[in-house]
Formats: sequence, structure tokens, C-alpha cells
Amino acid sequence: MSSVRARIAPYLLSFPGWFWLGLFFLLPIITVLSVALQTGNPDTGYTFTWHWSEFSTVLSNYNGELVRSFIYGGISTLAAFVIAYPMAYWIAFHGGLHKSTYLFIILLPFFVSFVIRTLAWQFLLSDNGIVLGSLKSIGLLPQSTHVLSTPFAVIAGLTYNALPYMVLPLYVAIEKIDRRVVRAAGDLYASGVQAFFRVILPLSSAGIFAGFLLVFVTNVGDYVNASILGGPGTTMIGNVIQNSYLENLDYPTASALSSILMVLLLFVIWLYARVFGTEAVEEAVA
Amino acid sequence: MLPAVREGVPNEAEVAAADVHLRNVVKTYGGVVAVDDLTLEIPRGEFFSLLGPSGCGKTTTLGMIGGFETPTSGTIMLGDQDVSRVPPYKRDVNTVFQSYALFPHLDIFGNIAFGLKRKGMPKEQIASRVTEVLRLVDLPGYEKRKISELSGGQQQRIALARALVNEPRVLLLDEPLGALDLKLRKQMQAELKRIQQDVGITFLYVTHDQEEAMAMSDRLAVMNAGKIEQYGTPRDVYERPATRFVASFLGASNLIAGKVVSSGGAEFAEVVLAGGQTVRVPAERVTPGQVEISVGIRPEKLLLEPVSEPAAPGYNAITGQVILGTYLGVSHQYIVKGPADTELVVYVQNLGATAPTLGETVRLSWLPEHTFVV
Repeated sequence: MSSVRARIAPYLLSFPGWFWLGLFFLLPIITVLSVALQTGNPDTGYTFTWHWSEFSTVLSNYNGELVRSFIYGGISTLAAFVIAYPMAYWIAFHGGLHKSTYLFIILLPFFVSFVIRTLAWQFLLSDNGIVLGSLKSIGLLPQSTHVLSTPFAVIAGLTYNALPYMVLPLYVAIEKIDRRVVRAAGDLYASGVQAFFRVILPLSSAGIFAGFLLVFVTNVGDYVNASILGGPGTTMIGNVIQNSYLENLDYPTASALSSILMVLLLFVIWLYARVFGTEAVEEAVA
Repeated sequence: MLPAVREGVPNEAEVAAADVHLRNVVKTYGGVVAVDDLTLEIPRGEFFSLLGPSGCGKTTTLGMIGGFETPTSGTIMLGDQDVSRVPPYKRDVNTVFQSYALFPHLDIFGNIAFGLKRKGMPKEQIASRVTEVLRLVDLPGYEKRKISELSGGQQQRIALARALVNEPRVLLLDEPLGALDLKLRKQMQAELKRIQQDVGITFLYVTHDQEEAMAMSDRLAVMNAGKIEQYGTPRDVYERPATRFVASFLGASNLIAGKVVSSGGAEFAEVVLAGGQTVRVPAERVTPGQVEISVGIRPEKLLLEPVSEPAAPGYNAITGQVILGTYLGVSHQYIVKGPADTELVVYVQNLGATAPTLGETVRLSWLPEHTFVV
């Protein structure tokens, strides 16, 4: 009797977790998938019709936006990495007693709403705003220069908004590196640059992996930066989904695109994990 | 008191051939002196220990030889090359770190080959050198293992192999056995000594464990408060400690204050101890003109006898009262209240003799040659 209870106890204990996942993860995914297979229009409503061709239709209609999302996501992730690594490195190795202060300073702007921050970028990058306006008035830039609505503005916004998600995992990984190991590299004839590439960088790979994952997934699906800082030529897949769902009430299109985005991201992550090895994934998760 | 310069100090030829010369090296950290005007010669091919309590500056000295610290002033020479300001990666010195500091992302081969790769050695040669050094540290065939799969003792051997494989001019060892348990430590002491003799590389070993330093070193230097107190072979330093600090840090010592009353010409000088008893010490151990001294005797050199028996001729003898006796199995340890209430420690080998009772007045006698002066 009691042995039966002992055997089922772990399952009983994990039940809330399963319930939670089922209710808030599995159910919505099934809903999204099933909505994608519906047909109809906003006025008469949608009915489930096994309409598989929805997927190929949206793929051919929006492949440009999909590709653009992955390109913007990739470039902004790389840019965030290049900017964040030195920051994290400096705080971890040279931050001394004020490490948490520096981290707090980096996080400070992020206590403000995401949309407000992006609107601030719009203000900064506007044609006659603080940056461009003053550069133009002293003649460093021609009057015709504009940044808003360009891919640059969108990628810059994406990069900026991703910074803390890149800095924090990198910081945690670099902070964990035993300084004595770096010293040992110097003792074994490695110059500063060699010690960095042979020891510090590989030892921070878990943080790099986690940072790339967090930022890339978030940025590929982002729509706020493109809608506030971008223009007609910089539409990302997130904008298409948002428009289909909220403006056009075209639920099947939005659902199909969401599903496609999810599958593509999963594939990219799988590929990435294969290349980096599962150890890095485990470490990143742990 | 000046650091004693006596036997065991290298002669001129040895100094010329020394691997490491430190000349008037000073290291201060914001006004705090860690190493104070240190001059030291480490002879080629020797197992040399820097022995001292924590905070005495021994690790800082090692760090300066390794290149991790820059001396505030003074020169450090490796052979005839001044390396005082040369970064570690350009020095022909390798270190076995206290914590081992192995690279966790590399396997054992990667760890050991790290230095050779930086030096640009051809691949086949690296492979054979790694195989060879793994045999030397008694871990053959471990190339593909991960660091995390190794025990502490094995990691210690890999750390040693990783440094030795580069065949440095000097190998620096920073308390490498500190993290091992007693049994393994003893075993590794013997092993380190064997490896040092096999490869013939100069080992500079830093430790606070006097037994370890005595067991392994050809020569050692005792450091205290940034200075070298004494330099010599373990035997010299133990038998004839030059300072109070050395006498108490290296083994146990009994020190009794006294006044030199005669020294001129004779083999032995006479010293009147506080409390009035007179003992003899070898005259050459008394600095001419010195009057107020302390006479030192190691606890195992003392014979504890009943006062009723006649004293052996030629021995120094004093009397005292037994105030504590401790049975240690291999020996008895007695505390005897001697001249001027000085508490003296005596080790009596356990030969089954009748133990003196507490409060009993006993005679302590020893050979004058076993007396040292600080």
C-alpha cells in the first residue's frame, strides 16, 4: 500500500507543474495551430476547415518579412554581443567592489517601459533631433540625412533593447571564471590576447550561448522597434502578425505566421545547440 | 639581529651558477612592506624551499619570480637575464599553483600541451612530450580524461606535469600539497622529491609546513616579516637556528636567557643563566662582545634524570621541577620549570623507564655542542 504511494508520490508532486504547462503552454499552442487551419472572414466569423494551404499562402506572401526578421535579429544579436562582452568583462574583472553598482547602472534605463525607451530613441534619432539636428547644424551631416525608418534605426533599437539580456548572462559566466586559471595561462606563455581567446572566451561560452539565445529569439519576433523606429521598408514578421491579428482581424494568417516563426526559431536553436554542443545548453539552463 | 650567514650558504662558484638571484628586492603594497630588501641565491638544480608563516612574504616573492608581481625596487635575475619587469609569459619559469588552476574547458592533453603550443612546438613532438611527462607523474594514458574526472591528488600531478613539460629553468611551487590530506601529502612529498631528482630542474617550493620543507629541501630559507631569517641546509637551520624566530618556527626550542661570562680563546664559552646556574656553549657560536644572550636547546636533546643519580661528566646540567607530563605513545613530553621559572619542554623516548612524578625535582642535562645561541 505504502509502496504504491511512494511510487506515485513524485508524479503527484509534479502534477501542478504539468497542469500549469498544459493550461498555459500546450493549450494556447494547440489553439494557435487550430486557428491557423480555419477559414472565413472577420464579418462572418471563422470555421475550422483543415485549411493547410494557409501556411504556404502566408509563406509566399510574407517571406520577405520573415527573412528580414531573421537578418535584423541576427545582426542585432551580434551587435549586442560585441557591445555587451567588453562591458560584462570589465565589470566582472575590473569592477572591484562596485560590480553591483555598475550592473545597476546598466539596468537602470530598463526600469522604464520598453515602449517609452523606444520612443526616446525615436526622439533622439528624429531628423532634427538632438543627435542629427546638432550634427547638421555644425555641418557635419548634410541636411538630407535621416536615420528613422531605415534598417539602421530598427537594428540600433533592437540592439539597445537587448543589451541587459546580453550583459547579464555574460557577466555571470565571466564572473565565474577563476582568475588563477587566467594567471596560469600567462604562466604558460600565453600573452594577454592569447589568454583571452584560449581561456577566457571558451570559459564564458555558457554565457555567450545564453545571451545569444535570449536576445535572438526575442529580437526576431519583435515588432515594437520596427513600428516605432522603422518605416514601410523595415516591416518585420512581428509587425505582420500584430497587424493581421489586431488590425485586420485575420486570425488564421496571424496564427499561421506565429507557428511558422516558432518552428523556424526552434530549428535555428537546435542547429545552434548542435554546433555549440549540448554541454553549453545544459550549463546555460543551469 | 642580523640574519646568520654560516654553513650551508653557497660558495662563490655556486652563486655564479645560481638559477635565481634576488638582489635587494622590495615589494610594498600602498605603504605596507611585504618583502623587505631581500637578497637570495637559489642554486641550480636544487630543491629549494621558502619557509615561513602566512603573511611572511614568501608567496609574494614567488609571485615576483613568476612575473605576477613587479618588485617595487631591486632586481630579479634568471641566470644572467634581468627579468624584474618581464611579463610572466616571456619568462622561462613555470608555476604549480596552490589551487592547481587547471583549465576546466580542456582535457588533460590540452592542459599539458598548453605551454608547448604557445611556444610553437610541432604537433608530433608535443604528443610525445605529453606522453612522456604523464609517465613521469605516474598517470600514463590519461590524455583524453577530463579534469573533472580526476581526484585532488591526480589534479595535483597534472598541474605538476603541465608546468614540468615546458622544461623551465625554474619550477615554482606555491604550497602545492596544501589541499591534500595528510597521507597523500606524505606520498606526494616523496614523489616530488623523486621527480625533481629525475628531471634536475631547480624547484623553488613555498610552504608554511616546516616538516615538509625539511623533508624535501636541499636548502631552505626561513622567512619572517618580509625578510630572510636564515638560509642553509635543513640540518644546519634546525641544529643551529640563528634567531629566536627560527628556533621556535622550525621545530620546538627551549630558550633560557643568560650572560656570557668567559669566552676568550677556549673551546667553550661559559654562560650564567638567569637563576644562577652555569652552562657551556661552543665559543664560536657566541658573537665576540655579546653578553646578553639566550641559550637554546631542542627538547629531544635533553636528558631527564633523577637528581639522586650522578651527572654525566662533560654535560651541561640544570635542575627544575616537573609540572606536566603527557604520554604520547612514542614518547613522553614533560614540561619542566627551570631557571628563572622558564618552562622547558623535554621529549623522553618511550623506553619504559619509570616516569618522574609531578612536582619532582629533576636534572636536565645535554651536550654543550647541542647548545645554540640566539
